[in-house]
Amino acid sequence: MKKRSLFIIIAGILGFIFLYAPIVSLVIFSFNESKLVTVWGGFSTKWYGELLQDPQILGAAWISLKIAFVSATLAIVIGTIAAFVLVRFKRFRTRTLLSGMITAPLVMPEVITGLSLLLLFVAMQGLIGWPAGRGMTTIIISHATFGAAYAAVVIQSRLVDMDLSIEESAADLGAKPVRVFFDITLPVIAPALVSGWLLAFTLSLDDLVIASFVSGPGSSTLPMVIFSKVRLGVTPEINALATIIILIVSVGVIAAALSMQKGKNNNVS
Amino acid sequence: MSGQAKLSEKLPEKSIGRLPFAAPLGGALARLGLGPRALVIAIPTVWLLVFFLIPFVVVAKISLSEVAIARPPYLPLWEWQDGILSLSLNFGNYLFLASDPLYYSAFLESLTIAGFSTLFALLIGYPMAYMIARAPGGMRNILLMLVILPFWSSFLLRVYAWIGILKTNGVINHALMSIGLIDEPIVMMQTDFAVYVGIVYTYLPFMILPLYANLVKLDETLLEAASDLGAGSFTTFLTVTLPLSLPGIFAGSLLVFIPAVGEFVIPALLGGPDTLMIGKVLWNEFFSNRDWPVASAVAIAMLFVLVIPVMLLQKAQQSDGGHS
Repeated sequence: MKKRSLFIIIAGILGFIFLYAPIVSLVIFSFNESKLVTVWGGFSTKWYGELLQDPQILGAAWISLKIAFVSATLAIVIGTIAAFVLVRFKRFRTRTLLSGMITAPLVMPEVITGLSLLLLFVAMQGLIGWPAGRGMTTIIISHATFGAAYAAVVIQSRLVDMDLSIEESAADLGAKPVRVFFDITLPVIAPALVSGWLLAFTLSLDDLVIASFVSGPGSSTLPMVIFSKVRLGVTPEINALATIIILIVSVGVIAAALSMQKGKNNNVS
Repeated sequence: MSGQAKLSEKLPEKSIGRLPFAAPLGGALARLGLGPRALVIAIPTVWLLVFFLIPFVVVAKISLSEVAIARPPYLPLWEWQDGILSLSLNFGNYLFLASDPLYYSAFLESLTIAGFSTLFALLIGYPMAYMIARAPGGMRNILLMLVILPFWSSFLLRVYAWIGILKTNGVINHALMSIGLIDEPIVMMQTDFAVYVGIVYTYLPFMILPLYANLVKLDETLLEAASDLGAGSFTTFLTVTLPLSLPGIFAGSLLVFIPAVGEFVIPALLGGPDTLMIGKVLWNEFFSNRDWPVASAVAIAMLFVLVIPVMLLQKAQQSDGGHS
């Protein structure tokens, strides 16, 4: 018994080192004075300064944030309705179709999704004149679609776990179904809505492939700019950007986890 | 359970019909067979039909057309000429895929790389998932968060991190040379090795999470019973733990394998020019060659290759949902 535990613990710890070593090295070399990313030339924050003066990166970051905000919001609306329909309406004709379409985007290779959406937008423009050209709108629609798939998974699992008797008693007391949904169901699944929104938001911020297909002139997102810079080689500026993103994400995830933990404890007591 | 299901089924249908504003509208639509319930169902269904399913029809259509120097760069499939509908289906793109060994070997290499990456991710992820599942309560949540955390930070930047580590004057070569283990730097960047590292690294959480979800449900008394009956720890693992965790292994493997087959970013950044993965080939056909019909044909071929694993995954998830 003991021998196995030791093996598992050593293998597990090595696994975690594998997960975090690249991230640690990214952060360390973002403070490197030298332009050569891997040779230590003394501590410096100059790359952060340079990053904050790079109009291309800042502009792309702003575009990405706008797209992520709108698409995540759209995704959570579609995802919530889809999850609600799949969990609460047991039998309807298009059920298999809907459940298939909501899970398939999760595993569909991005090159296929990106290409197919672009071809759709081009065909739609030819037929009905909308969307006129590619740009932020087309990226938002594309991101909302796969964001909705992720959001639906998160919300579905919360809806399945939810105690139905609260909804039922509200309905028994005469609450109209829309009222039951907004006053009971939504507050109960609120934590799932928040994590679903955050998931859709980060996925949108992170997407390179789909955005590359469906973007147009003047709507280069942050990952597109990073990709074009990284292809030319390693630059400490990108390390600085990575460090900032990692910091924001870590603080956000830890805060979300703590508040959820607190919410769980409150529910129990 | 069954009582709950029945109630929930009746509840929304009956009650949504009581909406004040839905009454007149609902009456008209109900005669068409479209109740308010159907409208709620229609919102996500129509959205996904238009922006997920129909695009594949468009791809299939364009894969049958001919490339042209035009905007958009392909010829229409059908034309009205003097009142006659002329339809020209062009299977040339598929014949081209079949005749050019480039595409065949790209598919083969993608499947090989994805398959071995899945295996490596399983070998690394299984002990991690096991350790997390057996860790005491508070520790378990922290470890779980440590697995999820990298997943939330940028995928692109995590792949980028490996360039600094693997390149000729990178972290690994520096470390090995400074302790005198090697004299010449090892070439790791722009090789298949770097692609394997990148895929295993970025998809590892997808392997660990379903494995953990499965292993955490494992009944400890079964392990105790096995060891009481004289089984060694390795025998216990092989005869009890491993068979019981097969659904987790299955789900995790598919979640790594399917997206890895179509991966573009990792072979583009870490692989060399001779790393032929099908996602990269599709990207180049589209962006470099501007051959939309061939890119579409590659996408359709890829869908055919992936349809079986995707259906297996769907089935695995449905049966899993049925149990819990």
